[in-house]
Amino acid sequence: MTQHVETSSLLEVEDLKVHFRLKRENWFAEPSIVHAVDGVSFDIQRGQTLGLVGESGCGNTTTGRVLLGLVQSNGGQILFDGTDLSSVSTEDMFPLRERMQIIFQDPYSALNPRQTAGEIVMDPLVVHKVGSVKERQERVEELFALVGLRKNQQALYPHQFSGGQRQRICIARALALNPQFIVCDEPVSALDVAIQAQILNLLCRLQDELNLTYLFISHDLAVIQHICDEVAVMYLGVIVEKADRKSLFENPRHPYTRALLSAVLTSSSGDKVERIRLQGDIPNPINKPSGCRFRTRCAYSQEICSQVEPTLEEKSPGHWEACHFETQE
Amino acid sequence: MVDNIESEPNTVLRVSDLGVDFDVRGQSITVLSNVCFSLERGETLGIIGESGCGKSMTALALLRMVPSPPGKISSGEVLLNGEDLLKVSKQQMSRLRGKEISMIFQEPMTSLNPVYTVGNQLVETIQQHLPVSHAKAQEQAIELLRSVQIPAPEQRIKEYPHQLSGGMRQRVMIAMALVCDPKVLIADEPTTALDVTIQAQIFDLLKEIQERNKTSIILITHDFGAVSSMADRVIVMYAGYKIEEGTLDEIRNNPLHPYTQGLLRSMLEIKPDSSGFRETLPEIPGTVPDLRNRQPGCPFGPRCTKATAKCLEMPPNFDLGAKRSVMCWLADKDDTG
Repeated sequence: MTQHVETSSLLEVEDLKVHFRLKRENWFAEPSIVHAVDGVSFDIQRGQTLGLVGESGCGNTTTGRVLLGLVQSNGGQILFDGTDLSSVSTEDMFPLRERMQIIFQDPYSALNPRQTAGEIVMDPLVVHKVGSVKERQERVEELFALVGLRKNQQALYPHQFSGGQRQRICIARALALNPQFIVCDEPVSALDVAIQAQILNLLCRLQDELNLTYLFISHDLAVIQHICDEVAVMYLGVIVEKADRKSLFENPRHPYTRALLSAVLTSSSGDKVERIRLQGDIPNPINKPSGCRFRTRCAYSQEICSQVEPTLEEKSPGHWEACHFETQE
Repeated sequence: MVDNIESEPNTVLRVSDLGVDFDVRGQSITVLSNVCFSLERGETLGIIGESGCGKSMTALALLRMVPSPPGKISSGEVLLNGEDLLKVSKQQMSRLRGKEISMIFQEPMTSLNPVYTVGNQLVETIQQHLPVSHAKAQEQAIELLRSVQIPAPEQRIKEYPHQLSGGMRQRVMIAMALVCDPKVLIADEPTTALDVTIQAQIFDLLKEIQERNKTSIILITHDFGAVSSMADRVIVMYAGYKIEEGTLDEIRNNPLHPYTQGLLRSMLEIKPDSSGFRETLPEIPGTVPDLRNRQPGCPFGPRCTKATAKCLEMPPNFDLGAKRSVMCWLADKDDTG
């Protein structure tokens, strides 16, 4: 842990907000607004991995996308290596994209079925006008070797690859421009367990070799525990808990984090363990609950929870939590 | 022998030598071969394997829902209470489907009809199987929704599938499968599309239903965690074969087939002491074989670290007694080598 102390942050996100306007119900109605990301702050140190955990609809994918400018933000600041991304124009954003890339969840729909694997990996080089044709060809070969694909597979089309191999193509494409920062949006959740292990090993190896910084979005806590230095837990557009890997998993504070951890099925979960069961579903982000967003499903909810929204506070060194109460046993 | 006779009446489903072939461009591809198992009353059997290993195909074959053409059940026997489902007439089969044996699918959104209300679809299922009036069926539908813990079922019944959340939709699917209190419930990846907290709720519900009705459940999944929390016995499948069978504890603590061992090793789990940070995970080298051009011998042979010359020959299913079996030459006791 101590060796990371002197690293500086590559990415600083401050009070990030993304709101989506929905279609009006009728001509006179106020349009409803989905607060997909509602004031999220974090920073990621160079060469490290921040895990963003949350269930579907909690805003973690939107957070990843807004960092790359794929979705417009409605407030807040994103500092990437000193540049504020929320104020740069589309033209100025273009060169910055060379330095930040994304790996999508579903390797089946993220690849153009009419391009060969080689063309797909070369595409970023063409778009950003990097190198000559020959240099690009060499770079593609290098990338194929880097992610563990064979040279002669360049001429194949995506449908001729298995899921794990397709994800390798996606990773090669993301690496083409030598980025510093990669958003991994559920990169292994569409894959089988045995293949999942291969891809996670690859991502770890690449991070060490190329000194990459990852934002790792996942709903799978076991994967997060395996790969992330720091973890932030999101619920309904806000971060409810943030800590380094060790303290989050050994000493989870927020009731939601603890419920999430106890809902994970492990090979020993057949043995009777006391589990925290959450009632109901995630509330609708259009009409989010007043006060604490989690109160509708929280076992410890009290009067104050419906009136005041808790803020993210540092409860113990490096361990941030948004809850009115101390950890309850 | 005495033991055998006593356990017999408890057996609800007995599958033997089940095989499915697909006819693709004139080429016959075997996607399922020689699958045998039995299921007891009130028991949960987990079927686990990677995508494409034939676990969903097994479920479809049991219900005779293999898409045909190109698919065809080529061999086998599926005895449900002594009646061979593969031999009964089509009309008879659609009566049994839903009544005696029923299924919950992976994707609740695509399994429900988007243009009918939830109530409509439930009532239709009820009237299909039971001679009741519409009003009576409606009442039953509300009761069923209540039994799967859907709040305010009187309102929900008027809603369309898109108005429900994923967890709710899966509950509706379960309610629909339970219309006639089936003896066997096949759950094909029932929680894969759902969030972890919702998954836990659905599994609790299935367990409760099982306890109440003594239903036998076949749980098909790729997630060993899910199998561990639900199943009594486990079948591991690979490339269309049942390669190992045993109780949950046997599979978990003493897997015999190298594939099962590899699968369990490569599985990530939350560690309470948060050890193993970025450690290299054990991989199973290679990929699942192409069913279109199968090599002779053990299907796992090319990826197996323990493969020997003998593995070029197809291993039989070694029966180790007490419903424990493994399809690997390593289990061959007569082998002097």
